[in-house]
Amino acid sequence: MDYGTAGTALATGLLFGFVLEQAGFGSPCKLTAQFRLTDWSVFKVMFSAIIVAAIGILLLQVNNTFGAQGFYVAEMYLWGTVLGAVLIGAGFAIGGYCPGTSVVGFGSGRIDGLVFMLGMVIGVWAFAGVYDSDFIQAAVTGAQVSARTVPELLGVSPWLVVAAMLLVLAGGFFAGRALEQRSHGVYTAEDITEGRDPGESDELGRDLGREASAARRTDAD
Amino acid sequence: MSCQVRPLWPPFVAGIVLGLVVLLTFVLVGNGMGSSGAFARVATEVGLQVAPEATRENAYLGGMAQGNPLAAWIVVAAIGTLVGAILAAVSSGRFRVKVDRGSGRIGVAPRLLLALGGGLLAGFGSRLAAGCTSGVGLSNTAMLGVAGFVFLIVFFVVGILVSLLMRRVW
Repeated sequence: MDYGTAGTALATGLLFGFVLEQAGFGSPCKLTAQFRLTDWSVFKVMFSAIIVAAIGILLLQVNNTFGAQGFYVAEMYLWGTVLGAVLIGAGFAIGGYCPGTSVVGFGSGRIDGLVFMLGMVIGVWAFAGVYDSDFIQAAVTGAQVSARTVPELLGVSPWLVVAAMLLVLAGGFFAGRALEQRSHGVYTAEDITEGRDPGESDELGRDLGREASAARRTDAD
Repeated sequence: MSCQVRPLWPPFVAGIVLGLVVLLTFVLVGNGMGSSGAFARVATEVGLQVAPEATRENAYLGGMAQGNPLAAWIVVAAIGTLVGAILAAVSSGRFRVKVDRGSGRIGVAPRLLLALGGGLLAGFGSRLAAGCTSGVGLSNTAMLGVAGFVFLIVFFVVGILVSLLMRRVW
């Protein structure tokens, strides 16, 4: 690996980890709140990021700027993708992270993030141990979908797919806002740092989280 | 270190910046951002230290065991992710060394066991799907890939269902 490759890896990885932490994605509470439907940050961040990147990639492909038509898009083996997503979704709900966010969790000081990372290494060994079995071979090589992209698969313009994704984002935004208001609301930076539930309140209904942070602010001044 | 905890970025700000980071990665490297591949390489490296012959002969790890498994783009990117997260957490006053026990209804040991078990499932699953939320869910979907969309739908549905069983924890 030459220095240029290492440099781009380090720089893009660094930006990736920086943004994820700023979004609050080092916190397993905030991340799993998406699955409890009480904090829609994961959906909003991921989906808007996908749409921004997709539009950028499509614009670059117009004149094949930066060799954009050669950007890598993996083929899909249906069962491997589906079973993998099942295990990663379940692992997320149980352990509180996905692979990338466990690194971010560890980077913000969380020991459980490091333990999740250790679990992943063991998971890879388990996979390697059964890799030759008929079941795994069928999953990782079977049911290959010939089309790599959705526009190819459906025979539609990629811009139509992006438009549909914008509609899903808008739908998720309004559904998310309604559900966030029905629950205690989203996790703030202070909630995830001090380990509180959002809107934690005492029997008088006072918002202890807000009062505590207000008190801290007064102390700091 | 600042004691003042700075607010998180609003979701759409973080989303737009994250999208630009993924786009930049495609422009600079030709593929998107990933995470789980680094763990396959770490598993190979540890395997080479502990059981070199079994690792080299293994059908899955053997390919990565030729040469230095850690000398790969994806490993350096994961180190970058860790450094980026540390910089963000420290500069925002959010860095705390702790075991995050969620709502605090379970002890430290059960929480770490759940983290280990969740990681095991994710590690195994990431090899089946040839990627994780970053490489397939985010980067492949940005290319409008079929795999990305299938991954995201299954991932969210299963996550919501399994989290119904985890209410005591979070």
